[in-house]
Amino acid sequence: MAKLIGGITTSHIPAIGNAMANKLEQDPYWKRFFDGYEPVKAWLAEKQPDIAIVVYNDHGLNFFLDKVPTFALGCAKTYENADEGWGLPSATNFEGDEEFSWHLANSLVEQEFDMTTCQEMLVDHGLVVPMGLMWRHLGHWPVKVIPLAVNTVIQPLPSAKRCLDLGKALGKAIASYGEDKKVVIIGTGGLSHQLQGERAGIIDVDYDLECMEHIISDPDWLARQSHSEIIEKAGTEGIEVIMWLVMRGALPKHVNALHKHYHAPISNTGAGVLLLENPDAA
Amino acid sequence: MAWEEKPYHKIPGTYVFDGKRSANAYHLNKMLYSFNREENRKAYAADPAAYADKYGLPADQKEALLKGDFLELLRQGGNIYYMAKLAIPAGFSVQDVGAAFHQIPTDAFKQHLLDQSEGFQQKLKDREGYWHG
Repeated sequence: MAKLIGGITTSHIPAIGNAMANKLEQDPYWKRFFDGYEPVKAWLAEKQPDIAIVVYNDHGLNFFLDKVPTFALGCAKTYENADEGWGLPSATNFEGDEEFSWHLANSLVEQEFDMTTCQEMLVDHGLVVPMGLMWRHLGHWPVKVIPLAVNTVIQPLPSAKRCLDLGKALGKAIASYGEDKKVVIIGTGGLSHQLQGERAGIIDVDYDLECMEHIISDPDWLARQSHSEIIEKAGTEGIEVIMWLVMRGALPKHVNALHKHYHAPISNTGAGVLLLENPDAA
Repeated sequence: MAWEEKPYHKIPGTYVFDGKRSANAYHLNKMLYSFNREENRKAYAADPAAYADKYGLPADQKEALLKGDFLELLRQGGNIYYMAKLAIPAGFSVQDVGAAFHQIPTDAFKQHLLDQSEGFQQKLKDREGYWHG
């Protein structure tokens, strides 16, 4: 049976991708931010997961505004990155796992989460940056990748609670897969940032840390909040934190928080990293 | 037509992207989306007005575009992620764009980011279990 061994959170902003492409990890501005990923990388190296489910939002690469799925699941054999106009070098292709993807799709729809299935899907920095943060040092991708795109771009977005509930259904779907696979789930985006308007540049350290603490021990705290409440604190792009709830919902009620890392600012953003181990699979 | 009022409309200095905004600026955002391709970025750079006309931009959006008025584009319904496909290839950083929204120099905007983050390491120490390097 497949086992969800843990969950990780990370920012996915393009500035991180640029910093990795330009090898700025030791640069004083970046060093503390990148160093804080080393324990996560060490855990991944030790646990050797087979599959990574990456929960992210597409920023206008695969999906334009003509068609915006609320929840879209990659069901392809491979996924390509491509030019999204942000000047990031394109990543090498990611290998998927069609059987696992379709199992998730079947199970989620049975559980009344009506996913959009994608057999061709370009993946943008929302997925590529987290993958690089975890595994770029290897020179290849050691896991199969399942992209799960959440609409955080155009209202109406799914509610925070809906994201948590999707995660719970996803946890059941993973556990019911008939092949022995070790799975990790990565919730990306956030924390506080606002790129737009006269309120651009919001960073709210206190709110970010409250989110991190509650994601660990009381995700319902975040799931109860409306989009307006989250945006007011975390900014228009900080709403991405709802994707952390998908990750969290997939894990059991009690998790082992193995690592907590926060840094601000990176570019315009408060960046939070959590490594949550599933005690049932430890 | 009656567009529903939402609580997020009341957040000052903030233009939450929704159906109303998208409906008002669909062609603008479609043009910005085309900048995923380098040949389209080049075609725009060669003749911005002609390129905008090809996508049927309304006059006020075209004017804001040609003036490089990011705030007006945003107010008209430009989506920030799509606007980045215009701004970043043109040499702007997200800090430059943030500064433009505030109408302050980029250095002042960067200082604003630092000011809000000030003391975060102490806040981590006041809580339990954070990584400190």
